[in-house]
Amino acid sequence: MALTLFSKAEIEPPADIEAASLRSDKFRLEREVDWQRLEAIVTALEKNRPKRISDDDLLELPVLYRKTASSLAVARETSLDAATLSYLEALVRRAWFQIYGPRIGLSGWLRYFLGGGWSASIRAIWLDICIAFAVMLAGTVVGWLLVERDESWFFSLVPGGMSGGRVPGADPEVLRETLATTEDANGLGVFAAYLFSNNTGVCIMAFALGFCFGIPTLLLLVYNMALLGAMLWVFADAGLGWEFGAWLSVHGTTEIGAILLSGAAGMHVGRTMAFPGKRSILSAMRHAGVRAAQVMAGCTIMLIVAGLLEGYARQLVGDMGSRYTIGGVMLAFWVLYFAFVPKPQEHET
Amino acid sequence: MSESTVNRPVLHRDLSKRSRMLITPEGLALPLTVGSKGARAGALILDLVILLLGFIAVFLLIYAFGLGVLGLSEGDVESSPVLQFIVVMLIMLVFLSRYGYFLWFELGPRAATPGKRLVGLRVAARDGGRLTAEMVIARNLVRDVEVFLPSVFLFGGGAFAGVSGFAAFIWLAIFVLFPVFNKDALRAGDIVAGTWVVEAKQAKLKEAMSLAPDRSSEYRFGEAELSVYGEHELQVLEGVLRQNRPESLREVAEAITTKIGWQLGAGDERQFLEAFYAALRGHLESGMRFGKRKRDKYS
Repeated sequence: MALTLFSKAEIEPPADIEAASLRSDKFRLEREVDWQRLEAIVTALEKNRPKRISDDDLLELPVLYRKTASSLAVARETSLDAATLSYLEALVRRAWFQIYGPRIGLSGWLRYFLGGGWSASIRAIWLDICIAFAVMLAGTVVGWLLVERDESWFFSLVPGGMSGGRVPGADPEVLRETLATTEDANGLGVFAAYLFSNNTGVCIMAFALGFCFGIPTLLLLVYNMALLGAMLWVFADAGLGWEFGAWLSVHGTTEIGAILLSGAAGMHVGRTMAFPGKRSILSAMRHAGVRAAQVMAGCTIMLIVAGLLEGYARQLVGDMGSRYTIGGVMLAFWVLYFAFVPKPQEHET
Repeated sequence: MSESTVNRPVLHRDLSKRSRMLITPEGLALPLTVGSKGARAGALILDLVILLLGFIAVFLLIYAFGLGVLGLSEGDVESSPVLQFIVVMLIMLVFLSRYGYFLWFELGPRAATPGKRLVGLRVAARDGGRLTAEMVIARNLVRDVEVFLPSVFLFGGGAFAGVSGFAAFIWLAIFVLFPVFNKDALRAGDIVAGTWVVEAKQAKLKEAMSLAPDRSSEYRFGEAELSVYGEHELQVLEGVLRQNRPESLREVAEAITTKIGWQLGAGDERQFLEAFYAALRGHLESGMRFGKRKRDKYS
């Protein structure tokens, strides 16, 4: 046996293999070139620079991965070299994460998502959408009836700062004033951005609270819609019901749609938590959570649109007919998009 | 042999409370270590600090730019379109950093935010399958209730708002403390998304041990001398040899020679230990090939 001490094992493997006195070290020296090749590929993938990998390496990646995985399996049974074992474990784990890691980045996912992934997952939670819709309708009716019976309910429902003069028995002229447009577009961008970030917060809350069997989500929906019902009654009482509807419909069809969807997504998770069916709770929740997350990501987009409509269109367009047209077109667009855009071809996500 | 100077031996890792086995599609059991609660809290704090520093930098930049180049003064938000644009950008930036920061990094190839990377963690799918974009989105949306809502609540003084404040406090505490009460340290977002956070350490391939000059002719160890120790002691010895610190070599060599009844000349510690390591490993590995394993000196 050669007595030379080799420092760089991967340069001349055959000579090194002879130098090793232990069988398990010979095993390791024979294979470590492959391991290091795999490590170089994995490192390039982790740094998100797949172009650095040569074509040969890329073609051999599956082979190298399987070779290394089987090396680990063999080494576990034959070698007591702790450093090699932990190296192999770390390497196989890293390679495994790269091979089974997220395949597409944010932009690729967005393309898949807008191309039908979103509408497909919305169709999948239709039952929860129906429940959320019924609850929201009930909330509006409750708000209306409460204020109709006793006007003091209005003040306990609507926070003081929010009413801004829109209270029961207010002068119709004052109410009409709140529905009017502003003179120019100055400052509206800030307003739109603020509305968007605020509304998204509400929607994400509605979803995230679904975690507790969906009950907090329901309460949130009922409360928000009762507020709307109360406001509706105030305007209807002053004979401005249709004008209020027009004012609301510009952005409301989109915004209330987003709240409906996020409430439904929260409900979906909560309902699955309460009734997991034949699967275990954890696996059922995982499926529901992933589906609901798609719906939620879409709500963000709807809210950007709603914020722009609310900030610009509503403040600039004053005519009742045009307001109803904008709202109606948006509603039709969303319904058609959700109902008819097919799920894209099975995509590796 | 001092336990603290060496890494935790591989074969004893399954005793650790946080280690899990993941079966890959190739049928290989891969050990994973669930990230400790302390590491995860540290990662979150790091991320929040990074976000905060980023904000301060952007604000200072805008302030300096706005005052210096554009000559804007305060109070004309209504009139200046440039200032309006900046305010819109700021609102969007706050929004993006609240949701986009975590999403962007966890969707990357490392599946970890900078904070997680620094402490050596990453996100993985709990069932051993592929981590999908929807999972990452779901776990980050629920983060809102777990991190941002409680901090707003705390700093906004909501905890002092009487009975309802107290109820809200309990309610939020359930979310915040969720990871403490389950063995995988899952937070609510992890449960909804089907993910967990595991350690992602890298390891360098160290040199093979038996490349050292073969001294089996100078040091001959008998069956009785080699059967004193087991795998655990072998790996501790490996750690000592790799670290190569004269004091610990001396200490370990003395401990071994006392145990097997040898006399050792001064200055020969490294040679002796290398020879003993090679002999002991050869002995234990040949036992392994016949299905006999000796975990440590007590077995």
